[in-house]
Amino acid sequence: MVDIHRDYVSNVSSTDFPGNFPGEDHAWDLEKFKSNFNVSISQLTERTSNFDLIGIDTSFANAFRRIMIAEVPSVAIEKVFIEQNTSVIQDEVLASRLGLVPLLVNPDSLDWMVDPLHLNEAHNVENTVAFSLQVKCERNSDGTIKNENVYAKDLKFVPFEGQTISPEPTVAYEDILIAKLRPGQEISLTCWAILGVGSDHAKFSPVATASYRLMPQISILKDIEGEDAIKFQKCFPNGVVDIVDGKPKVVDPRKDTVSREVLRHPEFEGKVKLGRRRDHFIFNIESTGAMTPAEIFLKSVAALREKATVLQSCKLE
Amino acid sequence: MSGDVSMADVSVGNTEEIAVEDDKMTILPGMASDGSAASFKIKDEDHTLGNTLRYMIMKNPDVEFCGYSIPHPNDNHMHLRIQTYGEITAIEALQKGLRDLVDVCDVVENKFRDEYNKGDYVQEEIA
Repeated sequence: MVDIHRDYVSNVSSTDFPGNFPGEDHAWDLEKFKSNFNVSISQLTERTSNFDLIGIDTSFANAFRRIMIAEVPSVAIEKVFIEQNTSVIQDEVLASRLGLVPLLVNPDSLDWMVDPLHLNEAHNVENTVAFSLQVKCERNSDGTIKNENVYAKDLKFVPFEGQTISPEPTVAYEDILIAKLRPGQEISLTCWAILGVGSDHAKFSPVATASYRLMPQISILKDIEGEDAIKFQKCFPNGVVDIVDGKPKVVDPRKDTVSREVLRHPEFEGKVKLGRRRDHFIFNIESTGAMTPAEIFLKSVAALREKATVLQSCKLE
Repeated sequence: MSGDVSMADVSVGNTEEIAVEDDKMTILPGMASDGSAASFKIKDEDHTLGNTLRYMIMKNPDVEFCGYSIPHPNDNHMHLRIQTYGEITAIEALQKGLRDLVDVCDVVENKFRDEYNKGDYVQEEIA
């Protein structure tokens, strides 16, 4: 348990190692880990998820988080060929904005470009998806303006000769504003999207958010009664503390934000202890669209395993 | 570059997977003569593998010390130090650590898949 005090935390590091405590066996035991470890999913949709990993070390929870952000591959626009851009947005700013548009392209349907700078390597049907953006702003006869806004939905997939990708690549969100135009202005360009990882550029990160927090724990050490009980309840977000028979009862610590408000009041001194469970991780993952959060998480687990198996196959000396 | 991109612009490149480089992992100078202590240099790895591997190796009762470091943020490699009590070599401790790490990933994946397949969770967006 990590202890949370008024202005500091204590007992922060993992201590579950052999030899740390006399008489305690902390040697690695797969069967023990199997029976202790638990996954509990509370929400999982196409775009967002919330689940708990219980009974695992921080190093693993953090590894999965890091891999989801920086190492799970996804597809984003890498090269933009601008034919005409008379808008007020400069070419390079426009290209940067296009790169950040989340695409709905299955990453498994593309091959890697091996050369990171793509200097000596050709784009081909296996590793590149092309989009075209052709928008011209004009004044209609009734005075209204056509194509005043350029949205992500104006990016149209253009298959290369002989290229079939199903489902057909599109943008994840149609209504992302890319540029604004005035009558007579025009944008005409082609973009090439490739596979990449978030460590190269954030546009390749498959997650908008991948984070975890530790499960809060609130222990009531001495009875709190009467007016104080109500005050105690109000120190926490709604639904964390209930009042049963005039006494506060912690019903849902998961909802707590660990604001430490309760530690500010002298009447609760010594009566309550705040902490966080060191081995209970509440993950929150939001996908940018191409994969579901469950897929992204499973890919992060596979990626960590892959790292270990690569090292296993290394010859030393 | 023309707006209508044809296959003429995009010749077929090679799609082979890259093999593991010979110097992915090397032993740094100064290994103990009985092999009970050694430092390893691992290329293209960071805290993601460093911290998990350190944890797994420290869980081994035969290991006296294990630690990792990233000597310089500009260099894309990680150092891993292992010292054992002498019952096993540092290389054996590393290999056990790697096996255990794979086991953990298997367990996490299976448990997650089980829960996922149960479907016992909110499946709609909460507005």
